[in-house]
Amino acid sequence: MLQGQKISRQSQVTVGSVPSDQVRAESTERYALSAQEKKHPTAALLTVPVTAALALGIHLFVAKNEPPNESRTYTIVLGSFFAGAIVAAVMQRWWPALQTRMRRFRPLFTVGVLLLCVWEVITSGFRMLPLPYFPSPAGVVQSMINDRGLLFDSTWHSLVLLLSGYLLGVVAGLVTGVCIGWSGPARYWGMPLLKVVGPIPATAWIPLAMVISPSALISAAGLIALAVWFPVTMLTASGISNTRASYLDVARTLGANARYLVFRIAIPAALPSIFVGLFMGLGASFLTLVVAESVGVKSGLGWYVSWAQGWAEYGKVYAALVIMACFFSTIMTLLFKLRDRVLVWQKGMIRW
Amino acid sequence: MVASSLQLRDVGKSFPAPDQPLTRQPVLETISISLEAGELVSLVGPSGCGKSTLLRLIAGLDFPDSGELLVDEEPISGPSAERGLVFQDPNLFPWLTVRRNIEAGLAARGVLQQKRSEVKEFMRLVGLEAFADAYPHHLSGGMAQRVALARALINHPKVLLLDEPLGALDAFTRMRMQDEVLRLWQNRRTTMLLVTHDIDEAIYMSDRIIILTQRPGTIEQIIPIALDRPRDRSSSDFLSLRSEILELLHFAGNRTSEVTA
Repeated sequence: MLQGQKISRQSQVTVGSVPSDQVRAESTERYALSAQEKKHPTAALLTVPVTAALALGIHLFVAKNEPPNESRTYTIVLGSFFAGAIVAAVMQRWWPALQTRMRRFRPLFTVGVLLLCVWEVITSGFRMLPLPYFPSPAGVVQSMINDRGLLFDSTWHSLVLLLSGYLLGVVAGLVTGVCIGWSGPARYWGMPLLKVVGPIPATAWIPLAMVISPSALISAAGLIALAVWFPVTMLTASGISNTRASYLDVARTLGANARYLVFRIAIPAALPSIFVGLFMGLGASFLTLVVAESVGVKSGLGWYVSWAQGWAEYGKVYAALVIMACFFSTIMTLLFKLRDRVLVWQKGMIRW
Repeated sequence: MVASSLQLRDVGKSFPAPDQPLTRQPVLETISISLEAGELVSLVGPSGCGKSTLLRLIAGLDFPDSGELLVDEEPISGPSAERGLVFQDPNLFPWLTVRRNIEAGLAARGVLQQKRSEVKEFMRLVGLEAFADAYPHHLSGGMAQRVALARALINHPKVLLLDEPLGALDAFTRMRMQDEVLRLWQNRRTTMLLVTHDIDEAIYMSDRIIILTQRPGTIEQIIPIALDRPRDRSSSDFLSLRSEILELLHFAGNRTSEVTA
């Protein structure tokens, strides 16, 4: 009996669904030992420490061009990276999880550190780029440390504003999206509104938002919500209205009422599409956040960038950009993690 | 009483023609069938003759243009958990595990809390306890169809409508599943209406076979199958019935398509 099931299972593999074992096999294979690594395991292991040592050497060599205060901090940063790389290279022998991780990220780390070297050489080294617009990495690190209080404060304000606007937009978008996707009349009246108002970039509403809102902060949150609302509504509505009719038919013959059909059939079926909307909305919310902070709101990373630019402190500008990159990509990663949890049933069915 | 009787009186249904929206094409005409409670009847006919439409009408997912459909003498007013429907595609909800798919029948009616104990029983009935926490795309076609059957059966439907449920399975799985469906039917004595393309399946399983004509579908003939169960697919009675039905469908004796070596 079991034998028969297995045979028919193999014959049942369809175009849309890759069996999960196959996907897993491929991904482990991708990070398996390459031929060179097998030949020279120690050399491969030393790639990152050697690159870090190279970066440290270049830095110490060009550092005489810079104020000592600035270069010392960056020396510590590169030095600790070098030390960390050495420790990791030794530790991985007894720690398999670290080993696979290192194998996976080794090329990325190496190239990243090399790019830092190049940056330092063309700024501090040969002074090829005009100051103060293009400071050295040491200068950026120093600005980050000097201004850490204000940077932390700005990040915190950005986070609060982003989350309040994003969550508001997501809730509103889900509600309107489900209504438009499910009900005929809501679709009739909602779709034209969505098609006309939706494509206007949220930032274009800034003049109006400034006039009608009591505070810049509230209007900024509203604008972010508007920017998020459009893609979330669009993708939710399309996901809901594209729910396979046969799922709904089956549920109805099982005795489902309208509430069950919407919340237990249509919404779960639409979730893959809804997540596309959530990702698009997140991108739009980053953009709107930074623009709103640079023109109206007197706090946050966007404000910090334009403020630092006003004082021609470009080290601070880049420091804020680096933090922004980490901040936004962390939030993006969290949304990916949430998606992986919620859509766990798709695992092995589609490639992420 | 576990089963319901089913009466169809002069049922007709038409759909708008795909290219001319103003004219309507009749799909079913003057269909009159009467199923006794607990009977297993097969519906056979050329493709496009409205077999699936007929099942949708009985399920209450569509409404007829003319005639009436009665379950236990009551007119059908819409879908109900008392009339289960299983399609050729199992249509399992891909976001639910096997267990939660089977539970869906109870959850949809809002009685999951009271009847949760039955879920296990139904998983055992269709032999899927080991796969309780698997997602549908990990299942083979036969397993998925068994989950679909369990999901429909957990509501104890008085009528079970099967729309080519075994059509997508390979020949061996299909024969095994025929026995499983028969076993379920014999245990529960639900009234069953089975749409199929497979004459052997119809003879093997049903009490009566209803043969429909080309579109618009009308009843061409009703053939009672008087063989004792369990039936032997290679007995002479079985085979003579088979050729009789093939004759009716104008397939028998037509050897022009056979390859001549």
